[in-house]
Amino acid sequence: MKADVFDKLKILAEAAKYDVSCSSSGTVRSNQKGGVGNTVGGIGVCHSFAADGRCISLLKIMLTNFCIYDCAYCINRRSNDRPRATFSVSELVDLTMEFYRRNYIEGLFLSSGVVRNPDYTMERLVKVAKDLRTVHRFNGYIHLKSIPGASSELIREAGLYADLLSVNIEIPNEQSLQRLAPEKTFKSIFQPMQFIRQHAIESSEERKHFRSAPRFAPAGQSTQMIVGATPENDSDILKLSSALYTQHTMRRVYYSGYISVNTYDKRLPALKQPPLVRENRLYQADWLMRFYHFKVNEIVDDAYPNLDLEIDPKLAWALRHPEIFPVDINTADYEMILRIPGIGVKSATLICSSRRFSRLGFYELKKIGVVMKKAQYFIVCRELPAHTINELKPSGVRSLLVPTVKRKIDDGQLELDFDAT
Amino acid sequence: MNVFFYDKSFEGMLTCLFEAYRLKDFPEQLLVTDTPIPLFCDHHYTIVTEETKSDRVWKHVTSKLSAMGTKEVANCWLSELPDIDILLFRYLRKTIDSPRSIETNFADPDVLLLSKIYKKVSYEAHRLIQFARFQKTADGTYFAPLEPQFNTLPLAIHHFSDRFADEKFLIYDMKRHYGFYYDMKSITEVTLTDEEERIKNGQLRTEYADKDESIYQQLWRSYYQTIAIKERLNPRKQRQDMPVRYWKYLTEMK
Repeated sequence: MKADVFDKLKILAEAAKYDVSCSSSGTVRSNQKGGVGNTVGGIGVCHSFAADGRCISLLKIMLTNFCIYDCAYCINRRSNDRPRATFSVSELVDLTMEFYRRNYIEGLFLSSGVVRNPDYTMERLVKVAKDLRTVHRFNGYIHLKSIPGASSELIREAGLYADLLSVNIEIPNEQSLQRLAPEKTFKSIFQPMQFIRQHAIESSEERKHFRSAPRFAPAGQSTQMIVGATPENDSDILKLSSALYTQHTMRRVYYSGYISVNTYDKRLPALKQPPLVRENRLYQADWLMRFYHFKVNEIVDDAYPNLDLEIDPKLAWALRHPEIFPVDINTADYEMILRIPGIGVKSATLICSSRRFSRLGFYELKKIGVVMKKAQYFIVCRELPAHTINELKPSGVRSLLVPTVKRKIDDGQLELDFDAT
Repeated sequence: MNVFFYDKSFEGMLTCLFEAYRLKDFPEQLLVTDTPIPLFCDHHYTIVTEETKSDRVWKHVTSKLSAMGTKEVANCWLSELPDIDILLFRYLRKTIDSPRSIETNFADPDVLLLSKIYKKVSYEAHRLIQFARFQKTADGTYFAPLEPQFNTLPLAIHHFSDRFADEKFLIYDMKRHYGFYYDMKSITEVTLTDEEERIKNGQLRTEYADKDESIYQQLWRSYYQTIAIKERLNPRKQRQDMPVRYWKYLTEMK
């Protein structure tokens, strides 16, 4: 182990940390004979949590942070004066294996700056994954970034070794992308996505005929969008993710609140803080689309192009549709129960299975885990109905549920010191 | 109030169930043998664990419970909570008495409480998988000391024996003083006689550790510190997902 590995690890982890994805789910694969590692699927395994509260599941690292591109939002852009480094394949493979054996990580998430050309870069990423899988018999999780513009053959090879492939959209609008990253086009981003989809379909076709045919990126693909760097509203972002989710290999769209890393670039807004609340609301809306059977135009439409920052999107939807409520917990179907604010997927399933034994009341619902503070205005159950949204009016319910902001103490105001003599 | 005294084993609890049906007298409390008789006690019985009786009860109960329900009962016993025995007793009694499965009746307080305990035990087993940290010893065995809240080592060991099938390792519960050793073929339960001598503050003493061990620990620590985004610090979330009680054995929190 050479001393410069320390520096390289620092530089390249620093360069990779703005990638949001950390999932290690989507593949269930037990170990093979003579190999090391397995993947558990389900919710994945987070091995640690960094000081920013984000989980560390995979060794998130770049192969190199040299880059020929000059994207305005990226910390590794060519015109930034930053320390640059490159891992050799053996160094990175060794590091991954040693970390994995100590149960620090679930696998590797490898990304890279673009050197020379997309194909050259992609080839080197594939080389690392291939080494891990074939030489070291590594059977854990591998997430590879597909470089925009890489060829179909290389992506096919990458998918044979990797569990998850990802291409980051970053900017959800073509004009904005042109403005901030003139070397990239929507085509160069969507084409690798399409290659991944094609190869996945081919592989699943093949596997219908031959059980031993190799699986192609079994955990599918993911992508990421930056929020707050460009003028796009939530409606644009969510419509794009909704369209992406209709493609069957797309598993996750991540949203990343923009952090002003290149403050000198005047094409970007100078944000004091990343838009964390907006990011959170987008994730909530994403969950509504994926797990709560919501359509994108129910969450945002032309009248409400942006998500309400004060209340969550599901509550906002419920307040816009008071005619549907109150819902009877003991008779309504699962889809309807899912739409009640304060009831999640887990409580909804518990409600549906428990009500076959007896009628449910406030007490049981609370015990089951329903957030009654919110749900009480939208339901009727065994007890006599309390004040529901129809009596209180949406604005009344809203004012009851919006978190009260603590009054700020005005520093400019003089204070009388009563103790002074 | 009725009280049964027994030996605090799972089989003992099942024997209590058998005896309760035989005597037609159901206890409100299960106590370990030789504890003083509580106040206001009408009847008390001392139950001797018998395998034939407990087997009969278990066979009947498993035929009425689903596979999931059986797992729930068995895993909840591992929580070692003080009142888990009487809770399981009541749950199994309801299972036996009810003509149809009660497993999904979450309006019943016992069923709901048991499902919550099951969830806690499963989380703890998952956290073992998350937060176990192996250290390489001088002879090449990987060693992970931990202190799980519940006795969940048996639930997690097969994950590790599958994952690290090509190496020898030992996962050791420092609180309950036992562990599982895997020798690339089979898993054996072991107890270390010289815990104190080998381990200090959750770390192997240097003379027992591999020569490269501290380098990889430092690398991991420096990676851990680098990966956090300074603009988004959120220590509350960090502690929520990785409670402080695990930090003692986490390499990166040293």
